[in-house]
Amino acid sequence: MNKGGAIMTINVPKYKLKDLVDKPTYFTGGHRLCAGCAAGSMARQVTMAFNKPTMIFNSTGCLEVASTIYPFSAWEVPWLHVAFENSAAVASGVEAAIKAMTRKGTYTAGKTDIIVFGGDGGTYDIGIQAISGAFERGHDLLYILYDNGAYMNTGIQRSGGTPFSASTTTSPAGSVIPGKTQFRKPITEIMVAHRIPFVATAAPAYPADLIAKVRAGLDVDGPAFMHIEASCNRGQRFDPAKSIEYVKMAVETCLHPLYTVIDGEYTLSRPSERIAKDPSRKVPLVEFLRKEGRWRHLFRPIERTDLIERFQTEVDKHWEELLVKSGF
Amino acid sequence: MARIAVTGDDAVALAAKAVNPDVVAAYPITPQTIIVERFADFVADGEVDTEFVTVESEHSAMSACVGASSVGARVFTSTASAGLMLMYEIVFIAASSRTPIVMALANRAISGPINIHGEMTDQMLLRDSGWISLFCEDNQEAHDQTIMAFKIGEHPDVLLPVAVGLDGFILSHAIEGIEKVSREEALRFIGGERKTDLKLDTSKPLSIGLLHLQDYYMEARAQIKDAQDRAKKVILDVFSEWETQTGRKYEPIESYMMEDAEYAFITMGSSAGNARTTVDELRAKGEKVGLIKIRVYRPFWSDRIVELCKNLKGLISVERAHSFGGPGAILSQDIKSALYGSGISPLLAEYTIGLGGRDTLISGYHGMYNRAKKAFEEGKNLPIFWWGVRE
Repeated sequence: MNKGGAIMTINVPKYKLKDLVDKPTYFTGGHRLCAGCAAGSMARQVTMAFNKPTMIFNSTGCLEVASTIYPFSAWEVPWLHVAFENSAAVASGVEAAIKAMTRKGTYTAGKTDIIVFGGDGGTYDIGIQAISGAFERGHDLLYILYDNGAYMNTGIQRSGGTPFSASTTTSPAGSVIPGKTQFRKPITEIMVAHRIPFVATAAPAYPADLIAKVRAGLDVDGPAFMHIEASCNRGQRFDPAKSIEYVKMAVETCLHPLYTVIDGEYTLSRPSERIAKDPSRKVPLVEFLRKEGRWRHLFRPIERTDLIERFQTEVDKHWEELLVKSGF
Repeated sequence: MARIAVTGDDAVALAAKAVNPDVVAAYPITPQTIIVERFADFVADGEVDTEFVTVESEHSAMSACVGASSVGARVFTSTASAGLMLMYEIVFIAASSRTPIVMALANRAISGPINIHGEMTDQMLLRDSGWISLFCEDNQEAHDQTIMAFKIGEHPDVLLPVAVGLDGFILSHAIEGIEKVSREEALRFIGGERKTDLKLDTSKPLSIGLLHLQDYYMEARAQIKDAQDRAKKVILDVFSEWETQTGRKYEPIESYMMEDAEYAFITMGSSAGNARTTVDELRAKGEKVGLIKIRVYRPFWSDRIVELCKNLKGLISVERAHSFGGPGAILSQDIKSALYGSGISPLLAEYTIGLGGRDTLISGYHGMYNRAKKAFEEGKNLPIFWWGVRE
């Protein structure tokens, strides 16, 4: 990893929202995602980055189930679902096939972009082996984790991506145990550790930033990974109208900072960079926790300041590490 | 044709080389490892145009194969035992995705206890998956059937994956002479490239692998059932074309000395070799005995088995597999199902042999025959019996 002295060949394009409004999307209406589901917004924004033949490989989960109930499909590009834990492997096979068939002249569509969608269960937990293998082998694909913090499709069970102290149906807030007792895996850092050329975080509250990163991830020659925060009002327990607002709060509290890691070089994206330059913009975590029902037990019947402070300390620690890595 | 001496694994690897698939995705496991090692040599030496995906597990091997096949690629993999067990979730999806992957299986015992030697239970569990399932008696059959499998699976009336089983170590590691098929001959037979309309194509966007609820799931599964039925004609045609091109005759169910037989062994894979020698020795003593060899296990040719059993007094089923707590072993259950209601019901002796690679010598076949014949003469069936197990 040629950190610092790297010759930057990967550029994240700078998009303005007004330039994007006329972009076609390839994720149509009529899907059966819940009202206010941020995964739907995320999916539509991702497809706005397409500019060449593109195929999508979708792990089992809400996005897959709700977008393709036979005989309907919401996807206007080739789309394949095989199983839950293996989409990175499926896409590896596709990338290899296109390479071989292009060489033989039996595949003629030219350079084809490959996108994988996996949820937090499919990425942090059951699918991590296949992702790690695909990244080690260096397949040219963009893996997108849309993270809503639990197995929402099966009914809000805790995953390796569920945040600290959140109440889920398998880490319920009980009279003795106050929700999930572990912090979530540093999934983005785990992917950075694979030394792939492009890793980024994003949130559908910042569409121009998200779409630009998808484009950059697809243009990279080799594996790329994006961690997109996508709220679930059913599982996180809040008003469906607030989905995008609360995703934004995850960024503003630095629970989900926005940045890129290109050839090992960390760069904060604009919303997080503003906080880095002016720490007074950093929203205290407690304000975010108060908004969502999955943390209600931290405030009622008594306020668990011990847990809130522990969570804040953990967020601060990761944010400080990120600041150092990105040159602040 | 060039005659060469190779192991069963080499025979399969050379068949894959002749076919020159677009993608091979595989993971090492004894006793199929030689297949992927040899194929890696072909890739490293530029003798194939294949993308060789060295996946991190068999689960990912089958997943990568389904992905590759879904964009229209010709795809090969191989595994055994625990590797197939790890693949099983995706094995079923490969059939329902209608991806005609060819998979060689160096049949090996299933853990536990862990054992690396021959047994067919691994592949026989494919019986409910929708895969076409073939077994081989020798290395020539392993070589030929690997090539024929592509033509069977890719046929538009079939579009199902195909498994080609060769007994672990007994074939996979044993050297025999084979007639090697060249690339030109192989591609003349199966076609230079795979042709299919059912694929991911950026000019004709298609979604594959959709959620089928109560209103469509049974219809989707019924299509696999229908494809298995249609596969019978395709398999007969492919075997017949192979005979025309190579002179080597293949039948889904083969018979030996059955014309006037009163008793017969029925078995699969390399066990047919010892059974055939036993038949020869018994015939020399005047015994009227024959052999039925099942080459194609799925789809299952029930009517052919009934026909061959028509004049039998007793049938002796011998298999390297077992179904714990079942009404017989695995193959013997199929045989009983085939005969039920046919009006043909010879007496039946059921044997499980050779689990975990334990040798069953020709003397063992004589022993099984004598024990069965005695019961048959008393008008009795012999329920499933594990031959050679110490008390």
